Amino acid sequence: MKEKQMAKVLSQREIAPGIFDMWIETSLAGQAAAGQFICVYPRDKSTLLPRPISICEVRDDRGALRIVYRVAGKGTAEFSSYREGESIAVLGTLGNGFPVQSAREKENTRVFLMGGGIGIPPMLQLAKELAGLGMKKENLQIVVGYRDAQNFLREDLERYGSVFVATEDGSVGTRGNVMDAVTKNGLLADVIFACGPMPMLRAIKQYAAQAQIPAYISLEEHMACGVGACLGCVVKTGEIDHHSHVHNARICTDGPVFEAQTVEI
Amino acid sequence: MKMNTQITIAGVTFKNPVMTASGTFGSGMEYSEFVDLNALGAVVTKGVANVPWPGNPTPRVAEVYGGMLNAIGLQNPGIDVFLERDIPFLKQYDTRIIVNVCGKTVEDYVEVVEKLGDEPAVSMLEINVSCPNVKEGAIAFGQKADALFKITEELKKHARQPIIMKLSPNVTDITEMARAAEAAGADALSLINTLTGMKIDIHRRRFAIANKTGGMSGPAIKPIAVRMVYQAAHAVKIPIIGMGGIATAEDAIEFILAGASAVSIGAMNFVNPYTTVEVVRGIEEYMRQYHVENLTDLIGAVE
Repeated sequence: MKEKQMAKVLSQREIAPGIFDMWIETSLAGQAAAGQFICVYPRDKSTLLPRPISICEVRDDRGALRIVYRVAGKGTAEFSSYREGESIAVLGTLGNGFPVQSAREKENTRVFLMGGGIGIPPMLQLAKELAGLGMKKENLQIVVGYRDAQNFLREDLERYGSVFVATEDGSVGTRGNVMDAVTKNGLLADVIFACGPMPMLRAIKQYAAQAQIPAYISLEEHMACGVGACLGCVVKTGEIDHHSHVHNARICTDGPVFEAQTVEI
Repeated sequence: MKMNTQITIAGVTFKNPVMTASGTFGSGMEYSEFVDLNALGAVVTKGVANVPWPGNPTPRVAEVYGGMLNAIGLQNPGIDVFLERDIPFLKQYDTRIIVNVCGKTVEDYVEVVEKLGDEPAVSMLEINVSCPNVKEGAIAFGQKADALFKITEELKKHARQPIIMKLSPNVTDITEMARAAEAAGADALSLINTLTGMKIDIHRRRFAIANKTGGMSGPAIKPIAVRMVYQAAHAVKIPIIGMGGIATAEDAIEFILAGASAVSIGAMNFVNPYTTVEVVRGIEEYMRQYHVENLTDLIGAVE
């Protein structure tokens, strides 16, 4: 059940320059799944629209959600000023999430969890859920791309899988992007889950097509409602979509996760 | 105290004056998770054309100070799917259904209007001649008084339900447009549609919206909308549905005092999905506070 509510900030810290890590207490934690997102609303009335932010980690037992976000403008700058105990307006949980069961169809399925930059956070909850389903660490291959040596969330990810790092400046791991890290380390997978910038997702789509494996990619787009009403955040699809009967799926409700070959990116 | 929030527009009664602004509420399905549609005066649907429309490229929305720009481009599934899926959904609720109709040519509008004529659950039609985001049709009919007169007159010949002409604020004189629609037989007016705006991303040196221009909505446009509702209300005798940046019951009352018989909630649904029902409750509180027995006593009560 979707709900807009006031949640409580449990903690917040800056884990890399401009990257903030916030835990919030919310009843939405009970329904949150990997790949879903919440909308966060600034208090400043000049910035009205919600900021869609992916769920990084869920602690259902504590009724807590973790978001890790980059300060990109006025809204996120405001969020970054919130301190423990303050309230924060959120709407959730939104979107379809990653199809985790698709990684468990066969014994010993090998997966890639690929995250680029601020697309890395949703990979943590996904890794946690896959590990929870009994996936072995060596089959849970987490390939993450950063700009530089500020490898936020890396230690969290290492708890659940085998982490391979790529950096644009070559300071850590493979110089280049996540695909370079895959090649350099000779990695193979049966299914891919990914979130990151569009050039990375395009490269993954192409790689998955050649390897003939499914790739579930999480997309982003400017949103207004977050619930499927405004039709602001669409992506072109090969098939006719079920809502408008054209070729436009709604990223907020039909996604944000799509099988890569079904969308034109 | 006994209170009556009921209003009547073109012979159609509404339990209260609170409606949804077309395009911000789909056909109610998405927001029915948040609000009880039975509590609303009417659901005004997203614009529907004779055939499915794909809409504009993305980005389609952008935030601006105190509001937003959109250039969705009237993406819609077409009237046939709409009649099969959206109308049966809305029929489950005790609220009025007003269908917003869009088209590229007069014939497109006529086709949709005629198909809706066979659907008694639809109480009124709102004719979109003011969407600023599509190249053909829509606003082309809504920015010249003679064009507005002609399409209104033509649609009145085909419509079985009363028609509301939705006016564009992107005109020199709103009263001229209001009079043209009234003279051609429109049963009511709704205003304002969005104001054409533009936003440029200075870091990427690109337009924030793929369409370059978009329709501005949200609280920042409210004073303009109130002024236009006031002017239109003094220019014509037909009822007016007022909209433009309504966020609270106080905002809604302002429109009603300016001359609106009903109000619509638009962009604020995106900010607070409970806005519509909060406005319904807030209007009742206002009536209690000021001992207003009939909401109709407030319509145009400032001169």
